[in-house]
Amino acid sequence: MSAAVAVRQGVAGFVRFFRDVMGEDAYRKYTDFHARSGCSSPLMSERDFWRDKMDRQDANPEGRCC
Amino acid sequence: MSENQRRRADNRQRQDGDVLEQDPALPPVAVDPETLDAEDRRWTPAKIALWAGIALLGGLSWTMLAIVRGETVNAIWFVFAAVCTYLIGYRFYSKLIEAKLLKPNDRRATPAEYKADGKDYAATDRRVLYGHHFAAIAGAGPLVGPVLAAQMGYLPGTIWIIVGVVLAGAVQDYLVMFFSMRRGGRSLGQMARDELGLIGGTAALIATLVIMIIIVAILALVVVNALAESPWGVFSVSMTIPIALFMGVYLRYLRPGKVTEVSIIGFVLLLAAIIAGGWVADTPLGDALTLEPTTIAWGIIIYGFIAAVLPVWLLLAPRDYLSTFMKVGTIVMLAVAIIIVRPEISVPAVSEFASRDDGPVVAGPLFPFLFVTIACGALSGFHALISSGTTPKMLEKERQTRFIGYGGMLMESFVAIMALVAALSIDRGIYFAMNSSAGATGGTVEGAVAFVNGLGLAGVNLTPDMLSSLASSVGEESIVSRTGGAPTLAVGLATIMHSLIGGPSMMAFWYHFAIMFEALFILTAVDAGTRVARFMLQDTIGNVAPKFKDMSWRPGAWICTAIMVAGWGSILIMGVTDPLGGINTLFPLFGIANQLLAAIALAICMAIIAKKNAFKWLWIVAVPLAFAAVVTITASFYKIFSPVPSVGYWANHEAFQQALADGKTSFGTAKTVEAMEAVVRNTFIQTTLSVVFVTLAIIVIITAIMATIRSFRSGGAPSAEDPAVASRTFAPAGFLATPAEKEIMAQWQALPEADRPAQRAAH
Repeated sequence: MSAAVAVRQGVAGFVRFFRDVMGEDAYRKYTDFHARSGCSSPLMSERDFWRDKMDRQDANPEGRCC
Repeated sequence: MSENQRRRADNRQRQDGDVLEQDPALPPVAVDPETLDAEDRRWTPAKIALWAGIALLGGLSWTMLAIVRGETVNAIWFVFAAVCTYLIGYRFYSKLIEAKLLKPNDRRATPAEYKADGKDYAATDRRVLYGHHFAAIAGAGPLVGPVLAAQMGYLPGTIWIIVGVVLAGAVQDYLVMFFSMRRGGRSLGQMARDELGLIGGTAALIATLVIMIIIVAILALVVVNALAESPWGVFSVSMTIPIALFMGVYLRYLRPGKVTEVSIIGFVLLLAAIIAGGWVADTPLGDALTLEPTTIAWGIIIYGFIAAVLPVWLLLAPRDYLSTFMKVGTIVMLAVAIIIVRPEISVPAVSEFASRDDGPVVAGPLFPFLFVTIACGALSGFHALISSGTTPKMLEKERQTRFIGYGGMLMESFVAIMALVAALSIDRGIYFAMNSSAGATGGTVEGAVAFVNGLGLAGVNLTPDMLSSLASSVGEESIVSRTGGAPTLAVGLATIMHSLIGGPSMMAFWYHFAIMFEALFILTAVDAGTRVARFMLQDTIGNVAPKFKDMSWRPGAWICTAIMVAGWGSILIMGVTDPLGGINTLFPLFGIANQLLAAIALAICMAIIAKKNAFKWLWIVAVPLAFAAVVTITASFYKIFSPVPSVGYWANHEAFQQALADGKTSFGTAKTVEAMEAVVRNTFIQTTLSVVFVTLAIIVIITAIMATIRSFRSGGAPSAEDPAVASRTFAPAGFLATPAEKEIMAQWQALPEADRPAQRAAH
């Protein structure tokens, strides 16, 4: 593996990590779960998933600290 | 064998009895305990050299900070002392807690596995979860407290932040997270009810609610003080609202799920707002935005109500994304800047005010007031609310709690150290001019110079020019009596950052950048705090009027939000209009409230540990609990009973009442009869709040001690943990995988996709 490829992979890994920390991993976790659980309900589209996630937060607030 | 001993032995057997059968078709789900033990105990020469090096560097740094007395001390020693102590605490103390007290078992499934729903309960990569958890616990708290405590010199605050986090703060976060995880992600309030019974549980619930109100109020007060008379700040912080609304619409309708993308757009808009603020300040619009503190306070109250009743997607969620983005970014930036710039610090290690009780920034003797002034960063009870609930539902494996719970808090402590360094790097005279109340300085440059030089501090020689030139270079009308910590930190950060990027012409930008992110963190905490408090209140009222339990019932939501906003809003207005200077009187209440919550959380943990019958290691939680209890109860008693008016609320109350009775028309810093009446009223409320807090906390602690004694007598009690479920997944415990963990990961990798376990659906 050449150095350039290693650097590119490292940057890509960091970008993905940063996006996950920002919360973008939510939909991927949901689709993974859906595939593995054999859940019979239809898979939500990305748009529907995020809409549903926000609406669930309306009824279930998460704390933020001082 | 006595009756008790036998019962204890029985109990131990029962614990050993939850050995879980593993699915033989799967690779191991946990590292074999013996391998784990051998890995820990094998001390190769390289490993010994590494830890000896860390210990030596840490020891050298502490020597430079605490013993060597030069003219100045370099900021890099703070960084080394902190990082080396954290590493040692993490490697040795948290491992001791893990091995002796908590005994996590990776063969047990976590809630994210046995309750998996792909949404709230969703196993998350440990490093990503560390980021989520850190973003949830760290906010403006660790940026403010250390700044105010800098009046006592750098050493007391540094010791408390670093030692406190290793022995108390991180321990609390770790224990609460672990116990909540073992209980399916139950909240602190529910655990209190389970462990302490009805009285203790109810007291804990009420205390949490009241404490949240005071914390939100005082955080809001910090924002008001930072924005008062600052058109630049008001403009740029107000612009965060339309920016967040735009981001909300973008995420909902244009590109759902593109969180990082929209955060970067929001961040660029934010920078534009900061730059535009500098232009606006000199226009007629700038005059219109030069607002009185009371006006800004009302603005925040109205905003707080609207934000808490609007749908989450529109305002709260996008702001939270922006805040997370800024948090991670600015903290990395600050750390890099301090390491590169390495400012020299000329503040004495222990200042004149460490041994006196009349400090102009926060009054009261070092013990206990240092320990309540710095709450977040050393020991923060608020974290117990985050560590129970959200994060435990996302843990992949039990052993990861050490990395995320204990390690996450170490990172917050590091933020506090950096804030302390930033505050220490500015001139001491300027520090006191900024942080003494307007009552003391008169709010004028001349008044501030006379007051600060009159304090008789070594090496302080403040000139009017220093204050006015600094004010103009950061783009503010005045920097005198800008209490609350945020403006001081902003000056410190601007001083450090402009020497790295931009030079003197960028001073004002960096100052307003710092004000902006502090305000952003705080307003996010205000929104979320109001919303969480509203749900708690609705739940509580729901026990009497069941209709309130329905969270989507609009009138209930509106009424409870209004009650909560009225609660913190009235304290905020009280602080803003306080003739004695709001932060100076109210900040101790913030620290006391936060530490009392910590005492409550630790007390609940102690009761749980006692039930497990692990009395030999009870000191791990009993020591921080005793310390937090002594500090907060002593501080509360000072506030209630101290005869010194600058320290005791009640003494002040009586002094002003007496003055009114004597027919005086001005007294101390209160120049009118109305102001004197306001002091009488405010001190009455402050005393009442102190009494309520300390009473509730004492009730919780006593019920926890009683539960502990009961457990001791009976040799433990059945735990309220969820029943153990066998795990069918594997992940490493720490940041990096160990060789044994890598081996198991390779076995899982080799497993054909079809053979991998299906997750149990929870629905």
